[in-house]
Amino acid sequence: MSSDTKVTTEAKPAAKPAAKPAAKPAAKPAEKPVELPEFEKNISDKIVEKFGDKIVVSFVKENRVGINVDKENVHDVARFIRDELNYDHVESVSGVDYPQDKEIEVVYHIGSYSDSSLAKQLLVLATRAQREENPIPGKDATKLPTLRDIFYSVEFHEREVFEMFGVYFTGHPDNRRLLLPEDWADLPPLRKDFAIKGR
Amino acid sequence: MTAELPPGLAIQKVDERIMTLNVGPQHPGSGHMRIIVQIDGDYIVACDPDPGYVHRGEEKMAEYRNYITNIPHLERPVIHDSCNVLYPYVLGVEELLGIEVPERAKYVRVICSELNRCIYIMYWLAIYGIFLGHSTMFMWPAGDRELLIDLMEKISGARVTHAHFVPGGVRNDLPPNFEEVCLRQVNYFEKRIKEYAAVFYDNPILISRTENTGVLSREDAIRLGTTGSVLRASGVDYDLRIKEPYDVYEELDVHSPVMKEGDSYARSKIPWLDMLESCNIIKQALQKMPKSGSVRVKLKPNPKGKGFDSVYKRVESGRGSLGCHIVSDGKVEPYRLKLSVPSFRNLIALPYLLKGEKLGNMPSVYWSLNYWPVEADR
Repeated sequence: MSSDTKVTTEAKPAAKPAAKPAAKPAAKPAEKPVELPEFEKNISDKIVEKFGDKIVVSFVKENRVGINVDKENVHDVARFIRDELNYDHVESVSGVDYPQDKEIEVVYHIGSYSDSSLAKQLLVLATRAQREENPIPGKDATKLPTLRDIFYSVEFHEREVFEMFGVYFTGHPDNRRLLLPEDWADLPPLRKDFAIKGR
Repeated sequence: MTAELPPGLAIQKVDERIMTLNVGPQHPGSGHMRIIVQIDGDYIVACDPDPGYVHRGEEKMAEYRNYITNIPHLERPVIHDSCNVLYPYVLGVEELLGIEVPERAKYVRVICSELNRCIYIMYWLAIYGIFLGHSTMFMWPAGDRELLIDLMEKISGARVTHAHFVPGGVRNDLPPNFEEVCLRQVNYFEKRIKEYAAVFYDNPILISRTENTGVLSREDAIRLGTTGSVLRASGVDYDLRIKEPYDVYEELDVHSPVMKEGDSYARSKIPWLDMLESCNIIKQALQKMPKSGSVRVKLKPNPKGKGFDSVYKRVESGRGSLGCHIVSDGKVEPYRLKLSVPSFRNLIALPYLLKGEKLGNMPSVYWSLNYWPVEADR
């Protein structure tokens, strides 16, 4: 999920402290062939094989596979993840505001209870919506397709992202506020331009 | 006309037979939240949970404070389970920095985390008992909880909000002679909670009120993405201490309780069995813990330098899997911090379980979800 999307595949070296102290320019070529965790690499390969250049693998590390996808394809990718790869529930949906890119990222952490080989794994599916300077939640261009028809468990999470970031999920059956008061008329509070007083 | 209204605010036409009832937010049976139930006679036809009355913006606050000053306020969502709330955050920061924690600190963390799990469950059990009208089950856990609170006070100096976990280990080493005192107290505690079976869990009144109410099938528990005791009461064997062991859980022998009934009774019994298992883990950890050594490493500047990085860590808390998603931009404050809390994830099961239940069963179903309103709101 680094902001520059040119990095396609990177993994954490297992022995971090040992690799680091070496002088930077000399150590660069030696650091390159990092061992990617095999099981995780396998999962990301399956998705790449199916969707090709529609997706970007943002990272492959131990127990976590990160996939970036644009909003047109997020629905298809999620369906593939559920039907072919046996992931069955969403643990967490977090919004991340990037005013510098004029985008808001929504990150789904998808796990599996029914497939025991995937018990440790989380698939990190990230997609981005356009960000408006003066948001009118629900009525501006900040929209994403909902994943609620694929993963039922996102229902309350998506409602939370809608009120906190103003990302409207088209197709969500219940886009009401959840945590904020009904008469909240300010900016969506977790956006970066909503500042806390005195800080 | 409906096109004018903001999404989700369209006026609903309700049947004349149906009465809408607001339970909460002041009603003690709902905790700090409102449950809007629609009843037909005595039966609930629809239920709409309305959390948010104790929303404190923990995630927003975290973006304005550095990684160390975030510690005391991040444990506020569940002060009774404060070590487990901090645990994923601390693990996440350690992964971002790439630091390895001393062996002894890992054991101290596991002991603190298990003690806190028991402290939380005892508090929950007291509330569960009093809402079923069983006042003995309010007094006993509230009293026996003090044993473990005293232990945590010896470790951290504070009775409930410990702020004991820090990135790189724990704040202080254990006090001298702690192992002996801890073993004695935990042994007594274990003997004591076993007595609860006779007075509460084998009580025919409790069984008749909770058996076969609010049944959640295995498929639905998975589909709704529930976690912790709710999930394990429905027959899914999923405990992060076993499935994705963190710190030293790999070296300990953990047996997580599972039941397959999926009703209120099973959901209320799983936490109690969890406590017995916690006592077991604490005793093992006390035995295997290195007798001396450092408990905290010094933090160093981030070796990766500036640039965006993210991490998602999760632990098994007293209520279920608790995750922390940290997005860092290399500065001293997190760029974004998201707590994925089990109470919020289990809340989705409430409308589902209450549909078709009698209104009188609402407290037993609601509290059996092991739900903590303050945590769900963050």
